[in-house]
Amino acid sequence: MSGNEAVAKAALDAGVALGTGYPGTPSTEILENFSLIGGLAQWAPNEKVAMEVALGASFAGARTLVTMKHVGLNVAADPLFTSAYTGVTGAMVIVTADDPGMASSQNEQDNRHYARAAGIPMFEPSDSQEAYDFTLRAIELSEKFHTPVFLRVTTRICHSKTVVIPARSATEPQKPEFVRDIKSRVMIPAYARPAHKRMRERLTQITDWNERSDLNQTIKGNDDLGIIATGISYAHAREAAPEASFLKIGLTWPIPIKTIENFTKSVARCVVIEEGDPVLVETLLAAGLKVEGKDPMYRFGELNVGRVRRILSADTSPEPAPAKGKPPQLCPGCPHRTGFKILKKLNCIVPGDIGCYTLGVLPPFEAMDTCVCMGASIGVGLGMRHVLPDEKARRVVSVIGDSTFVHSGITGLVEMVYNPPKTGHVVLILDNGTTAMTGLQEHPGTGRKLDHQPTNQIIFEDFAKSLGIERVEVFDPTKEAEKFERALAEALKSGELCVIIARRPCLLAAKKIREYEQQAAEANAHE
Amino acid sequence: MSSQTNRTRNTGVSPVRIRNTGVSPVRKHRKQSTEFTGETPVLRTAVTNVVIAGLGGQGVLKASDILAEVAFRAGLDTKKSEIHGMSQRGGSVASDVRFGKNVLSPMIPSGRADFLVVLDGEQVDVNRHVLREGGVLIGPDKIDVNALGNRRSLNVAMLGILSNHLEIDLPFWLDSIKANLPEKLHDANIEAFETGRNAAGD
Repeated sequence: MSGNEAVAKAALDAGVALGTGYPGTPSTEILENFSLIGGLAQWAPNEKVAMEVALGASFAGARTLVTMKHVGLNVAADPLFTSAYTGVTGAMVIVTADDPGMASSQNEQDNRHYARAAGIPMFEPSDSQEAYDFTLRAIELSEKFHTPVFLRVTTRICHSKTVVIPARSATEPQKPEFVRDIKSRVMIPAYARPAHKRMRERLTQITDWNERSDLNQTIKGNDDLGIIATGISYAHAREAAPEASFLKIGLTWPIPIKTIENFTKSVARCVVIEEGDPVLVETLLAAGLKVEGKDPMYRFGELNVGRVRRILSADTSPEPAPAKGKPPQLCPGCPHRTGFKILKKLNCIVPGDIGCYTLGVLPPFEAMDTCVCMGASIGVGLGMRHVLPDEKARRVVSVIGDSTFVHSGITGLVEMVYNPPKTGHVVLILDNGTTAMTGLQEHPGTGRKLDHQPTNQIIFEDFAKSLGIERVEVFDPTKEAEKFERALAEALKSGELCVIIARRPCLLAAKKIREYEQQAAEANAHE
Repeated sequence: MSSQTNRTRNTGVSPVRIRNTGVSPVRKHRKQSTEFTGETPVLRTAVTNVVIAGLGGQGVLKASDILAEVAFRAGLDTKKSEIHGMSQRGGSVASDVRFGKNVLSPMIPSGRADFLVVLDGEQVDVNRHVLREGGVLIGPDKIDVNALGNRRSLNVAMLGILSNHLEIDLPFWLDSIKANLPEKLHDANIEAFETGRNAAGD
């Protein structure tokens, strides 16, 4: 079972009433599996909304799971920090799926920093069995201490498959109901000040609990070398140094400092093996413990058995360059191809966005100039338009996908209407009817829910017009390539605010979309 | 809370039972590979490392799912790992499958693979560094794709070649292939598997 499947199974076994999130590699399959095995799972328009929906359900006493990739947590950070003040009633488990090595991400931020910054406990499983076990434990801890709890996984936990033996959650979920608790949940300053103190007291209690907990395991080896490890790094380190003594930390925030201190005293040399930033080692050094970390060169990318061996032997010689494979590319016949051909032909300046279409940056197109975060194409494009000389400003086109537009492009479009550049602006929405990059997930613009059942649909052109944007046009980029090109050229010349939608289903999704539509039509006919 | 050390599985299948059944119809035709120069990994004690590589869309991940399940069904601790995400866009894909008595890291250390199974000719050199000295390369040249009913079954045919090198009984392979594919594809893939199993050493 993959780590993602294990989290979904544990959530179901623990009676989680609602799973919500936004697709993002490597987290996506958690909610898909939760839905497949019978859980109620929903895609939200973005992670912030998902976090708020989960929080509301937890306030009402239900157990909730909210999933996202590491950068998604940035989007959800606003409700996150204050949820640590309000606390929860039903369990709320926040899965942050980090991507060290950036297999499919724009940065390799280490979300362990969020646990300390927000004051929220964090579990870090080291394989699928622990992904299962720790999800159950996170639910218990969340309800015991009335706090949201992180489950931090990484690409190799999410997508590796290891053996899992399921268990049953010890406690039954309570029945959802609303119990008013204004001072805990309405964070005006007068109520938030004591809430902050409560949060810190809670962390102290959890630290004490963690010191006695079986989540942190000592494996006695020889006394010469002790290794403190968390998450996947533990598996690599056990293989790299089978004779060493180990302390594996399961609940990594708040850290069980006394347990760790005792361990460091039991060995002659103590090394902290952690992937990513030196989060744990710096905390231990600050506490005055005698531990070693890794050379800064190992902060970049994933760890593996070989790299752990190098860390342990303090080897800082240059590492062999990884073999260069064939890079991914836009599928042959992908409807996005037409758009990038035209953008290149018209010599456009292209602030781009996150999705399959980011591959438009690679040859043969090389038709993308920026890619920062979800939705940034519109804001970045507007910024360029405001300051560039007119003849250059008129070449700027913001390019964004359909799912990304719903996620974070809507407020960008509002900004365009509110602060229009004097040369106007052109937003090109590449609408392929699915969240293709993460594996064909639905979104509010497809008119289908996570489980592909029909629901209300957001119509982008109607939405743009409702904001007062007059030049809104829709083309099939494959069938109407020439019209599409002419319209884009004219839009650039017009000096108006324009939205052009290139709409044609993703090749990989087209057949499935037809099937869903047919099923929906048949269901309607039976009504 | 089960600890790492006491989490021994009891699947009811003893590892000792591996390769103790009668002669299977396929095995009768089996030819010993002439290429296998390394020692046979001892499944019950050492960890066997298999890397399956190719391009997105070739069924690399499906093949590694099948192989991992074969080992799991045979009662071995099994881990498998790969990178998802970009794989559907035609880029390089490689999947690590490890099995044995107790597997720790899900990733195969560089230069420690016992077997490298490659589905695309151009991906051979890209991945060769994973093999240990004496490790076995099973490349796409080992099979005539025209001999396959469907080229898309190349991934399973390559598993057929691999199966000759691993002392795991045939039923585990066949059951795992069926469990990982829709029923309408069973016959074609079993056939491809047998084609691969009989092709080794030719």
